[in-house]
Amino acid sequence: MATATMTPPMQMPADPAARDWVGELRAGGAREQAAVEELHALLLKAARFEVGRRGAELAHLRDDHEDLAQQAADDALMAVLRKLSDFRGESRFTTWAYKFALLEAAVKVRHRAWQGREVPLADEGWAALTDPRSAGRGAEEAELFAALREEIERLGARQREVLVAVTLSGVPIDVLAERLGSTRGALYKNLHDARRKLREELAARGFRVDERGED
Amino acid sequence: MAKDNEVLGRVLGPGAPELSCEQCFDELDRYVELVLAGEQAEERVPGMRAHLAGCPACAEDFRSLRDLVGREGG
Repeated sequence: MATATMTPPMQMPADPAARDWVGELRAGGAREQAAVEELHALLLKAARFEVGRRGAELAHLRDDHEDLAQQAADDALMAVLRKLSDFRGESRFTTWAYKFALLEAAVKVRHRAWQGREVPLADEGWAALTDPRSAGRGAEEAELFAALREEIERLGARQREVLVAVTLSGVPIDVLAERLGSTRGALYKNLHDARRKLREELAARGFRVDERGED
Repeated sequence: MAKDNEVLGRVLGPGAPELSCEQCFDELDRYVELVLAGEQAEERVPGMRAHLAGCPACAEDFRSLRDLVGREGG
């Protein structure tokens, strides 16, 4: 994916508190143990925050919330310790560490919420969303949606599967990745390529899509 | 129609150069602190805003980290 140049990593952490965390976590003995326990408590707080804000997705599994948060904190702790040398000190250490706990918790909640549910890979429900005859649609929009639908059908199987599941059927990309034995990054690349192809094909057919999709 | 634009937005994505999910995760902590500090986050982390517009999962991760760190006083 095309990206602009990013700021190069700094050689030394800019935040004195950050240096302290990394040092403590590498100190060995009782100091390291204390730092690891303190870090775990912070990660657990972040994981509980994430599970809590996603409570609606797990309303039927209220008893599992604390278990999920604990598992997320445990996994995040392992990830943080494993990636400690990647910390560049460009943010506070706690902000950097929190993202691991939030990611672990979010992925676990999404998976739990979708456990036992069929992922609608072959669901044709998406066709309704791109139905050019949808009520209230003007002629120009109807033409665009007809072309969009045709171009979606022309995509390769994997690109169409990912595009439809994630953007039209609302399947979380992590859940889809697990079902397809892939990763979020790899599937997002499929999605990105599918979107680029759709934009190119629609533009080639004379539709103005440059302004579409901007936040 | 607003709903049509929303569907098109979701399907066609941001249509601008964007980070990958891996790059997004690498930069997320720095980006969140820039956002909370009211600094030019998009200029400092080019392609992040487009990625968050295109990737619902990364956008959720961003909102969670922003809200958690923001709640603690940024």
